[in-house]
Amino acid sequence: MIEIHDLHKYFGSLHVLKGIDLNVEKGEVLSVIGASGSGKSTLLYCINGLEPVQQGKVVVDGTDVHAKGTDINKLRQQLGMVFQQWNSFPHLTALENVALAPKIVKGKSKAEAREIAAQQLKHVGLGDKLDVYPSALSGGQQQRLAIARALAMEPEYMLFDEATSALDPELVGEVLETMRMLAEEGMTMICVTHEMGFARDVSDRVAFFHQGVMEEIGPPEQIFGNPQSEHTQKFLANVR
Amino acid sequence: MFDYNFHWRPVMKSLPDLLEAAMLTLQVAVLAMILGIVIGLCLALIRLHMRGPLLWLASTWVELARNTPALFQLFFFGFGLGSFGLHLSPYMIVLMGLTFNCAGYLAENFRGGFQAIPDTQIRASRSLGMNAWQAYTRIVIPQVFRIVYHPITNQMVWAVLMSSLGMLVGFRELSGETQFFASRTFRIFEYFAVTAVIYYVIVKLILGASRLLATRLFRY
Repeated sequence: MIEIHDLHKYFGSLHVLKGIDLNVEKGEVLSVIGASGSGKSTLLYCINGLEPVQQGKVVVDGTDVHAKGTDINKLRQQLGMVFQQWNSFPHLTALENVALAPKIVKGKSKAEAREIAAQQLKHVGLGDKLDVYPSALSGGQQQRLAIARALAMEPEYMLFDEATSALDPELVGEVLETMRMLAEEGMTMICVTHEMGFARDVSDRVAFFHQGVMEEIGPPEQIFGNPQSEHTQKFLANVR
Repeated sequence: MFDYNFHWRPVMKSLPDLLEAAMLTLQVAVLAMILGIVIGLCLALIRLHMRGPLLWLASTWVELARNTPALFQLFFFGFGLGSFGLHLSPYMIVLMGLTFNCAGYLAENFRGGFQAIPDTQIRASRSLGMNAWQAYTRIVIPQVFRIVYHPITNQMVWAVLMSSLGMLVGFRELSGETQFFASRTFRIFEYFAVTAVIYYVIVKLILGASRLLATRLFRY
């Protein structure tokens, strides 16, 4: 379970997150929507400790992410992350991309790591691309590679930071399909997204962020069908 | 108007000596490059990540190495240190001068290489649970290496050619040896012509080896 208590985040004098309270249960799929700059992505970076926080805390399965003495590298193995700019490692083949972390972080043998990597790549539909370098993959394929890479660490949670925003329109579908598959398998997911269709169909809850505040959270039917906050109504009217 | 008669025989007779000197040239250049790469990498990392006296030292090193004549740098390690009572062997003078110069140039190449790797590569590595050291050695450095590979090759060529300045501090590498024989026989043109060919062949071999290695190393 991910528990977020009164989380504040500043970039210099810029107040990006203004007291977020949020719990995400095991098995839940939460979509986070909102305009650019509303703090959605920053929230994800605070959850896995890539960004320090100034106030409040994030607790993952009982461990305070930002506390001194927390083994953040160990904790991050529980928190798979997929980025907007997929960030595949260009100097490694697809298989090596996925096998690297299990080998050097988890200490798996080379054969074992490659086995896991091949499995995960097959899982996301890249079983025929094992020895290909990322430069020879499309954006959608690279993003699925990034998903496989995160999954290879066998995380309890997956964080998606606008995983489809940088893709050509015709490539969005294959990545969403992969995310949908994970959701159906019971993965706990927090998806920052601009894909309203995905948020509506796949998530258990949808959170709407506005200027660093979580304005509204609830089941998709409520957020999309009967939004309470004025900002949510305005945002949804504009993206439709 | 040309009444000069070429005499190649003395050159051919001393060819084994010249080739031996060429090996010395290659040796000192390779050593200087290895040291230069290690030091240059440190200088680049200091300039990217550190403050205070170390930053000042690294910046001064790079500035002096790049913006003063290489010959003067050699003279510093020879006559400069010599006037303070620190007398180095000609071999050490050339090795240190070359290393100083190469480290300065390579530091800037490395700095550019590091800056070309987006931060997001490190973020992605860290998000997988890698520590900073793993992210650097497994993800960043291999990519930087490819970026600086050809500049390093150029620097290697430069190190071989620059080592010829060694003859001015009494080092009997290829040029020094050539000068020695030329002044004994007065066949100056012949000697330096042959030596030029030897330098050319060395450089061509370095470039060829580098290209061959590149096709093996970089398949992406």
